[in-house]
Amino acid sequence: MATVTDVRTQERVSTGAAIWSWITTIDHKRIGVLYFVTSLIYFLVAGIEALLIRLQLATPDGEILDPDLYNQLFTMHGTAMVFMVAMPMAAAFFNFLIPLMIGARDVAFPRLNAFSYWTFLGGSLLMHSSFLFGQAPDGGWFGYANLTSKEYSPGLSIDFWGLGLLVLGVASVAAALNFIITIINLRAPGMTLMRMPVFVWMTFVTSFLIIFAFPAITAALIFLEFDRLFGTNFYEVAEGGDPMLWQHLFWVFGHPEVYILVLPGFGIASEILPTFSRKPIFGYSAMVFAAVAIGFLGFSVWAHHMFTTGMGTIADAAFAGSTMLIAIPTGIKMFNWVATCFGGRIRLTTPMLFALGFLTTFLIGGLTGPMLAAVPLDLHFQDSYFVVGHFHYVLFGGLILALMGGVYYWYPKITGRMMSEKIGKVHFWLMFMSMNLTFFPMHFVGLDGMPRRVSTYAADMGWEGWNMFISISAFGIGLSVLVFLHNLVVSYKKGEPAGNDPWDARTLEWAIPSPPPEHNFDEIPQVTHRDQVWYDKYGEGHGSAAELSKVDTSVAEHAEEDEEHDVHMPNPSYWPLLVSAGLTIAAAGLLIHILVAIFGVAWTIVAIYAWSLEPASDPPNEH
Amino acid sequence: MSDAALAHEAHEEHPTSTGLNHRKILMWAFLGSECIFFGSLITTYLVYRGKSVVGPYPGEILNIPLTSVSTFVLLMSSLAMVLSLAGFERAAGAGTDEERRRSELKKGRFWLLMTAVLGTGFLGFQVYEFYEFVHHGLGLTTNLFGTTFYVLTGFHGTHVGVGVVWLVSLLVLSYFGKVKPLDVELGGLYWHFVDIVWIIIFTLIYLIPS
Ligand code: HEM
Ligand SMILES: [Cu+2]
Repeated sequence: MATVTDVRTQERVSTGAAIWSWITTIDHKRIGVLYFVTSLIYFLVAGIEALLIRLQLATPDGEILDPDLYNQLFTMHGTAMVFMVAMPMAAAFFNFLIPLMIGARDVAFPRLNAFSYWTFLGGSLLMHSSFLFGQAPDGGWFGYANLTSKEYSPGLSIDFWGLGLLVLGVASVAAALNFIITIINLRAPGMTLMRMPVFVWMTFVTSFLIIFAFPAITAALIFLEFDRLFGTNFYEVAEGGDPMLWQHLFWVFGHPEVYILVLPGFGIASEILPTFSRKPIFGYSAMVFAAVAIGFLGFSVWAHHMFTTGMGTIADAAFAGSTMLIAIPTGIKMFNWVATCFGGRIRLTTPMLFALGFLTTFLIGGLTGPMLAAVPLDLHFQDSYFVVGHFHYVLFGGLILALMGGVYYWYPKITGRMMSEKIGKVHFWLMFMSMNLTFFPMHFVGLDGMPRRVSTYAADMGWEGWNMFISISAFGIGLSVLVFLHNLVVSYKKGEPAGNDPWDARTLEWAIPSPPPEHNFDEIPQVTHRDQVWYDKYGEGHGSAAELSKVDTSVAEHAEEDEEHDVHMPNPSYWPLLVSAGLTIAAAGLLIHILVAIFGVAWTIVAIYAWSLEPASDPPNEH
Repeated sequence: MSDAALAHEAHEEHPTSTGLNHRKILMWAFLGSECIFFGSLITTYLVYRGKSVVGPYPGEILNIPLTSVSTFVLLMSSLAMVLSLAGFERAAGAGTDEERRRSELKKGRFWLLMTAVLGTGFLGFQVYEFYEFVHHGLGLTTNLFGTTFYVLTGFHGTHVGVGVVWLVSLLVLSYFGKVKPLDVELGGLYWHFVDIVWIIIFTLIYLIPS
C-alpha cells in the first residue's frame, strides 16, 4: 500500500515547479492544505495580538499599549479570529474532507474552489496591510456606525476593514456555493442524504447559512463605504440616517455567523466521538434536524445583541424568547453526544480528548448564552468582560478545541503519518486547562463591572488579582499552541506511518490510502449504510477487511466506461488566482486612486473571460 | 454547433446524484443569495422612506409614465429571452435535420440579440432618468432619498449591465459553436431574476405613493 511514498517525495523535482503546481492547483486536498496553513498563520498573528492585549491588562494603569493601538489590536484580533482563522480553518476541513466523505473525486467546481482560496488570501492580506501604514482598523469587529463614519474615524483604517471584509465575503460565498452543489450532486451511488456523515450535514447547513447571511453584511458594508468614499447619508444622523440600520444589518448577518463558526466544530466532534466510543452516533436524524433547526432559528434572533439600544419591551421579549428556543436543538445535540459516548468502549486518544474538551467547554459557553438572552441580566452584562468570557467559551471551546481534535484525527489521512500522541496529550491538557483558567475568571470581573474594549482600569477597582491571573493563563494558551506547532512539524518528518485506517474509523476517507491519491478513489464506492467502512469491516458477515464494496455492474452502467482505466482530472489553472488578484486590486484601488480601482475591475473582467474560455479538462474523447 | 462540440457535450454530462446539472443548481443558489442582497437594499429604502430632511422628495420627482415604459421594455426583454432559449433548444434537438437546426439557431440568436438590445434600452432609460433627477437637484448625497434611491437602482442597473455583457458574449460565442442550450438557460435564469427584482422595485418605489 502506497502509504508513505506520498506527494512529498514526488514533488522534490524542482522547487519552482512545486511552487507553480501549488499556485495553479485545483485539487481540493491541496486547497484544503493551503487554507489550513494560511489560517494557522493568522491564528498565530491574532493570538499574539490577544497576548499583547492581556499584557496590557495584566496590571492596572498599564502602559504597554496606548489606547489607539489597543483599539487596533482588539479589532484585528476579533476580525482575524472570526474571518481569517475560524472560517478558513473550517473551510480547510470542508475542502479536504467533503469529497472524500461523500465518495467524489473533487468538488463540483474545482476552479471556483481555487478562486475562493485566493480571494480569501487577497482580502485578508489587504486588511492586514493596514498595519504597514499604521492604520489598522480600530472600530471593533462589529464596526458600529457611526463610530466608523468619516467624521469619527478619519484616515483609512475603517476602509481597510470594510473593503477587506467585502472581498472576504466574496470568497466565503463562492466557497459555500461550491460545497452546496458538491453535497447535493456528487454523492457516490447509494449515499443518500440520511447516510451522509454528520460532518457533511454540518457543512451543508453552514454553507446555506453563509449564502443567506453574507449578503446582509455585504449591503451594510457597501452602505458604509459609500458613506465614507462618496459622502452618502446611510448612517448620517444629521441627514435623518439611523446608525441602528447598521446594527440590524450587521447582526442579521452576525448571529447566523456564530453558527457558521460553530457548526463545523459540531461536525468534527460528531465524527470523532463515535469512532472512539466504538458506537454509531446516537440519534443521527435528531442530530441532523437539530442542526437544520438551529440554522433556521439562527436567522430570527439577531436583536439579542441589541437589548441595550432601547428597542422596546415587545421586541426585547420576542428576541429573548426566540433565542431561548435555540437552546432546545442545541440541548438535543449535547445529549446525543453524551449518549454516543455512554456505554461505549472509549479510547482516550488525543482527538477524543479534544472532542470531550469541546463538549464540556461548549456546554459552559452554552449555559451563559441563555443568561445573556435574559434581558434584565443582559442589561447588566452587556459590554462587560462577562461577554468576553461567554463568547470565548463558545468560540475557543466550541470551535478551536474541535478543530484541534480534527487536526489530530485527520492528520494521518492528510500526511500519511501519525501525530505524536505523547506531545498531543501535553498539548491537550495545557490548552484545555489554560483556556479555562483564562476565560472562566473573565465572567467574575465582568460581573464586577469590568468593561470590555477599554484599554486600562484603575488600581482601586479591585480587579488586578484576577486580571493578572487571566493574563498568566493566557500565556499558557500561547505555550500550548507552540507545543501544537512543534507536534505538527516533528510528526511530519518523524511520525509513525499511518496506513489507511489508523483509528479503525467509519467514513469513506479511511478506506483509501493516506495521503489519498490525486483522484481519491480508484473506483467510486458504492454506499449501502451509514458508517460504511465499519459495515464493510464488521457488518453482517462481510469479513473482507477494510475493503469497500465495489461498484456492482448495475451501477457501472451509469458510470463512465473509461473511468476505471484512466480518470480524467481537471487541468490546473492560474486564472482563478488572477481573477482574485483583480478583485483585490479593485478593492485596494478604492483606497489608493479610482484609476487603480478601474484597472482592477478591467483586469478582473479579462481574467473572467479567459477563465470561462479555458477548457476545464482535456477533451476526453481522444483515448 | 459543430459535431465535435455536440459529442463533447454528451460526454460532459456526468451523472449527478440528483440528475440536475451542477451549474443550474449553482445559479439557483446564487440567485437565492442575491435575494437577500436586494432584500437588504430594498428594506433600507423602505425604512428610510419619508425620512429625508431636505428635498427633493420622491413625489416631486419620480416620473411614473416614463418608468412604466422602461419597465415594459425590460419585461419584453424577458419574453425575448424565453424565445431565444427555445430557439437554441430546438436547434440542439434538431438532430440530423441540418436546415431546421440552422433556422432555429438563427431565431435563437436573433432573440438573444433582442434581449440584449431591450436590456440596453432599459439602461438608456435609467441613464436618462438619473440625468433628469440630477438636473432637478437630486444627487447621490443630497438627502436620504437620493442616497437610497441611487444605490438601490444603481446596483440593479449594474446587474442589468452585467447581464447585457453576458448575453452579448453568448451571442458572439455561439458563432464559434461554443454555446449550448444550458449556457443560454443559465443566462436566462439570471436575466429573469434581475427582471423580477425590477418589478418589485418598481412597485414599491414608484407605484406605492409615499
Ligand atoms: C488565543 C486565545 C485568546 C485570547 C487570550 C483572547 C483574548 C481576547 C481578549 C482579551 C479580548 C477582549 C479585548 C477587549 O475587549 O478589550 C478578545 C476579544 C475578542 N476575541 Fe479573543 N482571545 C483568544 C482567542 C479567540 C478566538 C479563538 C476567537 C474566535 C474564533 C476570538 C474572538 C474574539 C472576538 C470576536 C473578540 C471581540 C473583539 C471586539 O470586541 O471587537 N478570540 N479576545
Ligand atoms: Cu447572537
